[in-house]
Amino acid sequence: MFEKTEVTLDELRHLISERAIEGDTVLLNMGPQHPSTHGVLRLLLELDGELVINCIPDIGYLHTGVEKNMEAKSYEKAEVMTDRLDYLNTVGNNLVYCLAIEKLVELDVPVRAQAIRVILTELQRIASHLVWLGTHALDLAAMSVFLYCFREREMILNILEMCSGQRMMTTYIRPGGLWRDVPAGFEDAVREFLKAFPARIDEYEALLTKNPLFLERTKHIGVLSREDAIRWGVTGPMLRASGVEHDLRKAQPYSGYEQYDFDIPTQTGGDTYDRYLVRMEEMRQSLRIVQQALDKLPYGPVRSNNRKYVPPPRSELGVSMEALIHHFKLWTDGFDAPKGGVYVAVESPRGELGVYLEGNGGPMPHRVYWRTPSFVNLQVLPLLSKGHLVADLVALIGTVDIVLGDVDR
Amino acid sequence: MNEYLTDTVQSLKDRFSLETIEFRGDISLVVSPDKIVEVCKTLRDDFGFDVLAAESAVDYWPEQAPRFHVIYQFYSMTHNQRIGLRVPLDGNGPSLPSVTGVYPNANWHEREIWDMFGIRFEGHPDLRRIIMPYDWEGHPLRKDYPLGYEEVEFTFNFDEIDGRKPYAKE
Repeated sequence: MFEKTEVTLDELRHLISERAIEGDTVLLNMGPQHPSTHGVLRLLLELDGELVINCIPDIGYLHTGVEKNMEAKSYEKAEVMTDRLDYLNTVGNNLVYCLAIEKLVELDVPVRAQAIRVILTELQRIASHLVWLGTHALDLAAMSVFLYCFREREMILNILEMCSGQRMMTTYIRPGGLWRDVPAGFEDAVREFLKAFPARIDEYEALLTKNPLFLERTKHIGVLSREDAIRWGVTGPMLRASGVEHDLRKAQPYSGYEQYDFDIPTQTGGDTYDRYLVRMEEMRQSLRIVQQALDKLPYGPVRSNNRKYVPPPRSELGVSMEALIHHFKLWTDGFDAPKGGVYVAVESPRGELGVYLEGNGGPMPHRVYWRTPSFVNLQVLPLLSKGHLVADLVALIGTVDIVLGDVDR
Repeated sequence: MNEYLTDTVQSLKDRFSLETIEFRGDISLVVSPDKIVEVCKTLRDDFGFDVLAAESAVDYWPEQAPRFHVIYQFYSMTHNQRIGLRVPLDGNGPSLPSVTGVYPNANWHEREIWDMFGIRFEGHPDLRRIIMPYDWEGHPLRKDYPLGYEEVEFTFNFDEIDGRKPYAKE
């Protein structure tokens, strides 16, 4: 039924240098189950002694066909799959998908829901950076940081569990608002975290920022110039470490980010150490945003009242025939979205997370395309690693901060 | 739509005689395959759209006549604007020029489109499958490619389903 595409050896020959064919250099396979590749990334390395001459990433080991599967589900039911893409930024994935639906069908979101969305995505950003920091330091042989980071991450996961019942795959943000309001005790839990965490960041910094071993492994490693970063479409902390002050939360604010006062941390060196500094500062800025959002958290509904798109609350079903009809219609068939495509992007912990969502007039999306930051950022790994030692490659994979679920989709 | 974007769209329309689509505030231009590289160069050099944010494709089989649309999303760091391009392509051996020469990060995007939709990019330096295995048959995101599934096994139909699995034949 389908044509088979043959791959001949000649088609692959241009990937490596002439010296490899003569046997001058060594070809080494790193991964896909290497502990420091942060998942199932496979790298084909061409080495001259310990120097990396060529690095050829091979991805797709975690391909789950999310884009294809989403085309066969109604808009709301497809949302659970968004959690599984970037499993360290689940709330952010929900957010961008819901923003795309809301733009497509022109659905309004109550202000309280927007503020809670901001609080949760910023907490999730801190959690994601904590996993990055822990594993990055672990790759560079700083074992204790990993344990501390996961201790603090647990506090955030507990807050997410408190809201949604799930630690990671929350699906808490829904089209038109949130699944339900945050429980009693949510504010106290977040405030407790806000109180405890600044001292913890200082703790990590005390362990790493001036540590000569850490400096040795990260300073001047994998320098990405400002021009290269823009040319290659790199976004997020990697771009900001190269001296570009760009953050979608400031440039194209969504979900009420324009009300909050925060800075965009930047560095100019573009090396692994600068990217470390940028991410550490980002955690502090996220705390500032959470603090402000929590202080002026408005009261009110957390889900839109538009019954054509949002199912009615359970309590209405017993007393209102209309509510019952809407409930039945939305959970059997789903809502219809108009023809046309929208592109929405948010700032995920890794960079620009975009969704191209196209409706065809029916209840299922015609096309969902995920522009994931890890996929685009990983492309510069061969550029970064050229001429470095194999041991530095481990630091470089860590500094790009990839999530393989995000790369392979 | 702000002033800068209106000017950009107007001058591109004049220069290349393009059609525009506006939907929910997103603006995109319809470009024919032979002009795509030139339009991209103009966008980057004359209008400051220095980042290729996203590139993908949409399959309209069987409803529409040019079956595929290759879609591009550009972002301008200096002007903080987004603009989209759409390239309609016939379903019979679809191919268009690669824009890797203008935006190097189109490399993996175009490999992914080739992998998922079977659209060829002329002049691409390394057009191999990227996500599916190299010997995979077919292009999964095409609409005529079926969505596979696992049958649910119960005690009463276990043997029947198990017998149909590929490993049972060996």
